[in-house]
Amino acid sequence: MSPTVVCRNLRKSFGDLAVVDNVSFSVAAGQILALLGPSGCGKTTTLRLIAGFEQADEGVILIEGQEVANGRFHLPPEKRRAGMVFQDYAIFPHLSVADNVAFGLPRGKERPARVADMLDFVGLAGLGERMPHELSGGQQQRVALARALAPKPAVLLLDEPFSNLDAALRTAVRQEVKDLLKASGTTAVFVTHDQEEALFLGDQVAVMNAGRLEQVGPAEVVFHEPRTRFVAEFMGHTDFIVGTATSTGVDTALGFMPLAHNLPIGTTVDVVVRPDDVKLEAGTAETGNGRILSRQFLGIAYLYRVALEDGRVVESWQPHQIHFPIGTAVEASLRPGHALRCFYEGTAV
Amino acid sequence: MSALNNTAVRLKPLATPAEWMRARRQWSPFYAFLLVGAALVVGLILLVPAYLFLRAAGSEQATIDTLLSPRTWTVLGNTLLLAGSVTLASTAVALPLAWLTTMTDLPGKRFWAILAALPLVLPSYVAAFVYVSILTPKGLLQQALYPLTGIERLPSPFGFPGAFLVLTLISYPYIFLTTRAALKRMDPSLAEAARSLGASPWSAFWRVTLPYLRPSLIAGSLLVALYVLRDFGAVTMLQYSTFTRIIYNRYLAYQLDTAATLALVLVAVTAVILTLEQRSRGKTRYARLSSGAARRQRPARLGFWKVPALAFVSSVVFFSLIVPAAGLAYWFWRGWNQDWAVRDLGAAQNNLETLSGLLQPAFHSLSASLLGALLAMALALPIAVLAVRRPGKISRFFEQVTYASFALPGIVVALAFVFFGANYARSLYQTLPMMLAAYVILFIPQAVGAQRSSLLQVSPSLEEVGRSLGKRPLAIFRAITLPLVRPGILAGGALVFLTCMKELPATLILSPLGFSTLAAQIWSNIGEAFFARAAAPTLLLLLLSSLPLALLSLRDE
Repeated sequence: MSPTVVCRNLRKSFGDLAVVDNVSFSVAAGQILALLGPSGCGKTTTLRLIAGFEQADEGVILIEGQEVANGRFHLPPEKRRAGMVFQDYAIFPHLSVADNVAFGLPRGKERPARVADMLDFVGLAGLGERMPHELSGGQQQRVALARALAPKPAVLLLDEPFSNLDAALRTAVRQEVKDLLKASGTTAVFVTHDQEEALFLGDQVAVMNAGRLEQVGPAEVVFHEPRTRFVAEFMGHTDFIVGTATSTGVDTALGFMPLAHNLPIGTTVDVVVRPDDVKLEAGTAETGNGRILSRQFLGIAYLYRVALEDGRVVESWQPHQIHFPIGTAVEASLRPGHALRCFYEGTAV
Repeated sequence: MSALNNTAVRLKPLATPAEWMRARRQWSPFYAFLLVGAALVVGLILLVPAYLFLRAAGSEQATIDTLLSPRTWTVLGNTLLLAGSVTLASTAVALPLAWLTTMTDLPGKRFWAILAALPLVLPSYVAAFVYVSILTPKGLLQQALYPLTGIERLPSPFGFPGAFLVLTLISYPYIFLTTRAALKRMDPSLAEAARSLGASPWSAFWRVTLPYLRPSLIAGSLLVALYVLRDFGAVTMLQYSTFTRIIYNRYLAYQLDTAATLALVLVAVTAVILTLEQRSRGKTRYARLSSGAARRQRPARLGFWKVPALAFVSSVVFFSLIVPAAGLAYWFWRGWNQDWAVRDLGAAQNNLETLSGLLQPAFHSLSASLLGALLAMALALPIAVLAVRRPGKISRFFEQVTYASFALPGIVVALAFVFFGANYARSLYQTLPMMLAAYVILFIPQAVGAQRSSLLQVSPSLEEVGRSLGKRPLAIFRAITLPLVRPGILAGGALVFLTCMKELPATLILSPLGFSTLAAQIWSNIGEAFFARAAAPTLLLLLLSSLPLALLSLRDE
């Protein structure tokens, strides 16, 4: 089955600034793609190119196999069957909840039934007569979702859908939206700058930086096997330590790590280390290879920053019962488990 | 999925080849329609200076003579002197007034604020005639003072002193309203931060509050200066020779070439002031950097200063509102009794006939102003929508031309239409459509401004979401945009209505024969010093012209 959305070599510049630079990806039917990146990376513009609110300078966009934009011709947004959920929800303030949901539906006998079904589906049954200002933030978002899904769009586009909710609500709403999208089998593309959100919601995660697509793939792959230094740094608390290639793996300040590679022996590489990869044990001035710089209470754990002998800093998560006073010497080592990613001159080994 | 599939929905088909062809166009038919509408209005506005220019260029000798004549330079000096001094005096009145009614514990702040804004509805010729009737050498003031002091004559108010006094008293509300709005928006922590950094209250005012107010002060001052430059009623009534008065006199004397040249000079002066204001505004934008609602300001304690503050506020209200109102009431009373007296002598008119004689002018005023307001509301819409939703070179040009029509005084627009009508469109000359066209040119900036600010409140994502739901731009405009900006459209319309009712020079020159409005009625009566007969139409005018604004503000509450 062909993918529902295909973007091929999209380019878009505002003046001299290339905002979207040769971006290609596709989304299979029923899948959710997270477009992830720092602010200004071009992710929202990419979304707006698919929706038809911006017109690509170059590149092709296909929705359900049909060309909607090819650099010269652009279908207007209303012809693309791409539903949109905005950051501010864009609920029409002068229309009731039911009228909002009905907005995209053709006039006819089926319309009221469809509206009622949609409200029921998002858990707002009976609230159709309410006006938007009488709803909570989470309810408004569900109205936006119901409204966008009502005309059965080929693809649903969501722009930072959770950024207007407070932290307590966000986790719950995230789960709810994921359930709704999965239950309706919706194909979706959503934009976020929050990697946790991207990993939670996205079947596929596409990481963008400065207009370019750095990597696209399943969440686990993008997290554990970053293809570029940018992706490695952007995903999680990431530190780099120096490693030296040996015949069977890589030697680092935190110990040996087995790794199959084809680098010449003795090559210096950067090893990606995240706080869950580093083990800490109390050490003495002689046995220790690091010194505690700071301790930060994260709630679920402590995050220690440890200065290594070569000046590099690594971070480590430790459970509550373990206390290392600042300044003490510790023995830091790699927690065995999965292989860590290494970079040689900026490219993944 | 079950819940979603148990109702059938007709799916919109994807694009057909014909739609592909239409999609080539960057502009939908809806925006093309807006462009044409906006271009027509802008063309109409540009016709005025273009025609005056052609006219002046067509009679070179007269133009050069006029430009070189010392009289022209005297008039220019008079005009600038009056505009400058009224602006300064209005600032001196309005700034303390705005501060006292927002930032202090002055008793009855809201009450004073409403009273202080009210002189805005007084037409300048009305304020002028009331003050003339009081201040002339043998006027009401002299008559009141004579038994006490024995003064036979007061110094004449005609010329600069009278024009300065009257115009200041009715135009300071522009600065008062803009600075008061800015003060109310101001984050109190700005001044508090200055205090915490060691500034005294006085120096905090000078170094923080006043610079913060600068854009609003400039905006208000511009309105005042333009008001003075455009004013025809007060300067004519008080016989001070600024451009508008001289242009009207030349028109009456059939010296049309001279009038056209003088009008061009006046347009040039207003255009320069408008440009200076744009420059000075520059890049200063005083946005609130912190988000969230502003805290309420703790009012400054006036203490002992309450007494002089109250004296100041009440004397402003006294001179700008109470005196004109009392003067009108007095003349109305005189007129009422006089007519009875006249009837006793066998004269034809009684009060009822006088009042019923006002019905037709009132109807004329109402219908012309209503049509003018409706036209301005409709024609402003394309310009405002393009400016907000399709920013670009063309829409910016349209918007700027609209605002530049602020620089076209009523007398100038009227003259251009007279020339044009007499030469090219005899059938339109002195017809209602021509007068309405002049109203549109004169007052469309108010309608565009109101619509623009309320369009800016409508998030573009509302319209975009409509399109992603499959609706065309026109359908979205009708279902989403129009209902949401309706308050702005109505407010702009009410403002245009008010100014059309008060408008004098274009109405005098362009109104069809036999089409007498209230403003024209007042003007012809005060021209012959029949103050008593001018009072009734004035009161009716004030009542009717403020009606829509009053209704709107009542509905808002």
